[in-house]
Amino acid sequence: MKYMLIMRDTPEALEASKQRDFEEILNEMGAYNDALVKAGVLVGAEGLSDPSEGIVVDFDSEEPIVTDGPYGETHELFNGFWMIQVSSREEAIEWAKRCPLGPGSKLELRRVNEWEDFAEHQDNEYVQKAQERKTGSAAG
Amino acid sequence: MSDIARTVDAVWRIEGARVVATLARVTGDVGLAEDLAHDAVVDALAQWPSSGVPANPGGWLTTVARRKAIDGWRRRERLDERYAALARDLEETTEQEWEPIADDVLRLVLVACHPVLSRESQVALTLRIVSSLTTEEIARLLLVPVPTVQARITRAKKTLAAARVPFETPEQDAWGERLGAVLGVVYLVFTEGYAATSGERWIRHELADEALRLARVLAGLVPREPEVLGLLALLELQAARFAARTGPGGEPVLLADQDRSRWDRAQIRRGRDALRRAGELGRGLGPYGLQAAIAEQHAIAPSVEETDWARIVLLYEALSRVAPSPVVELNRAVAVSRAAGPQEALALVERIADDDALAGSHLVPSVRGELLAQLGRTGEARKELLVAAERARNGRERAVLLAKARAL
Repeated sequence: MKYMLIMRDTPEALEASKQRDFEEILNEMGAYNDALVKAGVLVGAEGLSDPSEGIVVDFDSEEPIVTDGPYGETHELFNGFWMIQVSSREEAIEWAKRCPLGPGSKLELRRVNEWEDFAEHQDNEYVQKAQERKTGSAAG
Repeated sequence: MSDIARTVDAVWRIEGARVVATLARVTGDVGLAEDLAHDAVVDALAQWPSSGVPANPGGWLTTVARRKAIDGWRRRERLDERYAALARDLEETTEQEWEPIADDVLRLVLVACHPVLSRESQVALTLRIVSSLTTEEIARLLLVPVPTVQARITRAKKTLAAARVPFETPEQDAWGERLGAVLGVVYLVFTEGYAATSGERWIRHELADEALRLARVLAGLVPREPEVLGLLALLELQAARFAARTGPGGEPVLLADQDRSRWDRAQIRRGRDALRRAGELGRGLGPYGLQAAIAEQHAIAPSVEETDWARIVLLYEALSRVAPSPVVELNRAVAVSRAAGPQEALALVERIADDDALAGSHLVPSVRGELLAQLGRTGEARKELLVAAERARNGRERAVLLAKARAL
C-alpha cells in the first residue's frame, strides 16, 4: 500500500526554518530520505518552493479566478510530500515519526486509493466510470 | 493484534534486516543472529507497552539481543568463541552508538541467497531475514502451508551452518555469480506475484511489491552494478501495468487489450530512470537490463500498433545471445509477427517447438494458435488454443485461452 506523507508547516515554523543553517536542514532531510531509499520504501518525494511564489485558482465563480500568493486562510501551509510504499498503516506511522521536523510542523498521512478499494461496488456503472476517471488521471 | 504488537511489527519490518545483519556480523552465524533478534522482539512486546517505544528501536533490539547472547554464554561452562566475541563487542559499544553498516545488510542478502541453498530455501530465508516477514506472512504470500515455510527456513539455517558459510562479502571472482543468485531470487519472488503460476489469482500484489522493495534496497546497496539497476527497472516497468492487467472481475487483460491510460506513469518514470542509470554505467546491459529495455518500449508506446516492434526484435536478439532460452525465442517470435508478419514468426516457433524445456508448456501452442489465427488457418488455430488451455496451470489464463478459441 502507498501512503502520502503531506508536510504542513505554520508560517512561523517556515520563518524559523529560514533562520536555521540551511546546510544543516539539507543534511537532516538528506539522511532521512537516504534511510527511506535504503529501506526500499520511497517511491517519490518533492519539496515545494516558498508559498509566496504560489498561485491560487479559485473555482467559486463561473470563471476561475487566479490570484498570486499563498493559499488563503490556512495556517498550515502545504510544503512538500513523500510517497512511500509500505506493508501496513503502522509502518507508515513509524516512518513518519522519524521525519526530522520540529514544532509548528505536521505530517498528514493519507493512504493512496487502490483499485481494490472499489471492489464492493464494481457492478455500479457510475462507480466504474468514476474509477476509470480516477485511475486515468492518476496515470495521467 | 494489539496496537503495540502492530507497532513492534512495523519497527521490525523497518529495522529487522539491519538488526539481524549487525548480530550476524558479531556472531558470524546468521541462524543464531535471527534467533537472538526474535527473542529481543518478544522482550519488546512485553516491555514497550509500559516503557513506550524507545527513540532508537533498532539499537534497543540489537542491544537486548546481544545481552541475551551473553547471558546464554555465561550460563555455559566452557567459553564459546562466538559469544565471547559478542561480549567484547558489547563492552565496546553502547546503544546510542548503534550505527548499522550497509555492507552488513548486503552480506545478509548474499548469505540468504547462497548457492548451497535450494531456490525454495533462498526465497523463504530472504523473505524471512531480509524482508523481515513472519513465517505466517511468507506462507500466505507463497500459498504454501506454514509448516512448509518453517521447514524450509530451518533447513536453510542448518545448511548454512553445515556448509560453514562465512558472513563475508565474497571474493572478486565469485561476486558476479553470488550477485546473480540474489537477483534471481528477487526476480522469482516478483514473477510469482506477477503472474501466479498456480491458483486463481492472476496477480498477487503484495508479493510483487515486496520484490520491488527488495530490488530498491539492492539498488541502494550496490548502485554501480548495471544488472541490479536493470532488474529494478524491469520490475518497476512491469509493475506499472498492474492496474491494467486485470479486468473488473479479476480476469487477466492481455497487453494488446490493456487500457494504457491505466498504466502508472510515475512508476514508468522510475523504471526508465533506473534503466538510464544502468546504461550510464557504461558496461552495457545484461539480461535484466535488456528485458527492461523491451518493457520500456511497450511502456512508451501509445498502442500496440504504434510500438517500435523492430527495436523490440533487436532487443530480443541481443537477449537471446546473452541469455539464450526457448521462452525468449518464443517472445522474439511474437515480436517478429508484429514487425514482419505471422508467417516468419511461425517459422521461428516451429524451430523451437521441439525444445525439451517447453515440452508440456502451454506457451508454444498458445503462440502458435495466435499466429495460425492471424494467418486465417482457423481450424488449426482453435486446436492449438485448446491444447494450450488444457496445459495452462493458472485458471484465469485458461479461461482467456478458451475464450480466444471460442471467438475464432
